[in-house]
Amino acid sequence: MRETAGERWARRVVLTLLTLFVVTPLYVMVTSAAKPLRDVQSGFTWWPSRPTLQAFVDMWSTVPLASYLVNSLVVSTVAALFSVTIAVFAAFAVSRYRFRGRGLFTMTVLSTQMFPGILFLLPLFLIYVNLGNATGVQLYASRTGLIITYLTFSLPFSIWMLVGYFDSIPRGLDEAAQVDGAGPLRTLFQVILPAAVPGIVAVTVYAFMTAWGEVLFASVMTNEGSRTLAVGLQGYSTQFNVYWNQIMAASLVVSVPVVAGFLALQRYFVAGLTAGAVK
Amino acid sequence: MATTTAAPDVTGPGRPRRPGRPGRANRGRRTGRPLLPYLLLAPAIVLELAIHVVPMVVGVWMSLLGLTQFSIRDWSTAPFVGLDNYRVTLDVDSASGAALLSSFWVTVRYTLLSVGLSWVLGTAAAVVLQRPFRGRAVLRALFLTPYALPVYAAVITWSFLLQRDTGLVNHVLVDQLGILDDRPFWLIGNNSFVALLVVSVWKSWPFAFLCIMAGLQNIPGEMYEAAAIDGAGFWRRFQYVTLPSLRPVNLVLLLVLFLWTFNDFNTPYVLFGGSAPEQADLVSIHIYRSSFQTWDFGSGSAMSVALLLFLLLVSAGYLLVTNRRRDHA
Repeated sequence: MRETAGERWARRVVLTLLTLFVVTPLYVMVTSAAKPLRDVQSGFTWWPSRPTLQAFVDMWSTVPLASYLVNSLVVSTVAALFSVTIAVFAAFAVSRYRFRGRGLFTMTVLSTQMFPGILFLLPLFLIYVNLGNATGVQLYASRTGLIITYLTFSLPFSIWMLVGYFDSIPRGLDEAAQVDGAGPLRTLFQVILPAAVPGIVAVTVYAFMTAWGEVLFASVMTNEGSRTLAVGLQGYSTQFNVYWNQIMAASLVVSVPVVAGFLALQRYFVAGLTAGAVK
Repeated sequence: MATTTAAPDVTGPGRPRRPGRPGRANRGRRTGRPLLPYLLLAPAIVLELAIHVVPMVVGVWMSLLGLTQFSIRDWSTAPFVGLDNYRVTLDVDSASGAALLSSFWVTVRYTLLSVGLSWVLGTAAAVVLQRPFRGRAVLRALFLTPYALPVYAAVITWSFLLQRDTGLVNHVLVDQLGILDDRPFWLIGNNSFVALLVVSVWKSWPFAFLCIMAGLQNIPGEMYEAAAIDGAGFWRRFQYVTLPSLRPVNLVLLLVLFLWTFNDFNTPYVLFGGSAPEQADLVSIHIYRSSFQTWDFGSGSAMSVALLLFLLLVSAGYLLVTNRRRDHA
């Protein structure tokens, strides 16, 4: 099937416009990070006339960026690992067993995706505070509280995507393992998990990204000691000055790792979504 | 967190598995261990209950109390006020009720426009990238970048672009193209809605693109060949092959985008620095401000519960209508 000339031109126009739309902010982020403060504060220029990497040095001292970075890293990594582990067991149950309440579980978990975060932000905030006062277990303003909260955010989608992945693994493999005397968990670890590695990696990255980018709960549930990047970057706008070049530099630094990770694994995302959408 | 390690213990080495009966009837249903699936699900269920369901129930309870910053430490001192919070917050004749209603309509317009535009852009990109050509992989990666970027980094960058005196947008519109004479404000006043919408579309359309791209991979190439042999041009192929095949993907995608966009908090919060102008005052921000800035938790909860009921109704209606149409088709 040949592409007509009209189709080819339409394709070029669509792609050019979309590329401009997507690239413009990214371009501004990169070039502004390479400008001195005076230049970003005095009218926009397309090209840094006096390129400097000073912003990448100064950004660490204007706000405690290193501390925010460590908090975000710890919270996102631990939340992602727990989320995926829990999702693997849940998805295994949903994919390989027919049990009473299976439909109810799937429905409930997926519908939590639709709750407005603001709805359980208030009660959860008060529960964490009161739990801390009553038992001494500090979940409010602690990394642990954030970890527990964030891992539930990525859980529903992780379970859904892993169920799709597990369903695409032929059951004949399970049955062969069972004939060899493997129990359900050995089947999971030795048959299903190795075949689902791409899906598991994709889900881990998704869970990490979810925690890394969360703003609402971070703005209420953290204090100076547990503050994450999502809230911390706002510290560059003070009453007296807005350090746009440092904001852009810091945004760039915190974006590059997640963007690189996601792009490297995007085809597993597509595969996971395809598997999930088939059902 | 200890619950995560509970699952492996249950199989215990002492209980050898019965060899599964071969045959179709046994596929996917292992009998003899009725408890196992529940134990596998336990950690997920416990966490969902603790972080989502219990706080929601507490939220409904809070919406029936007269909670203020004074009684928040000890709820027993808060009077039970029944539906008073709802009566006050949803009374469109009062100032606060009118503000909520205006915020609701802003959110409706925002959601419809953002979801619609994101879907159109995502579909257009997925369709033109369907056929292989040089540079396709690069463009695909580029288009997915806004989705992978942390929300706050993306929105902060946009807020820099939209600054009145130092931003790119005014530089291009006023200084370079001369379309406008005065430098408009983008982050306050009427323009703030447009600004919010553009930023929202910028970061949601790649998700639509990703899903539709995945959906397109399920369409066999022969279907296009057959349509082309029948003399179908681009639009007819799109109408009769692409769109119907994408229907299952679109059904889920549109619902998910609708819910995410309607509940969007991050975009206005980061773009406007915590207090959105009334033209861009989304419901989430509205509730957040009335809860954490005026400390009126009772009415904040009432608004949240009303929002949830609205979303439940819309989603249920959507699922009913789309399922019925599928049955009739």
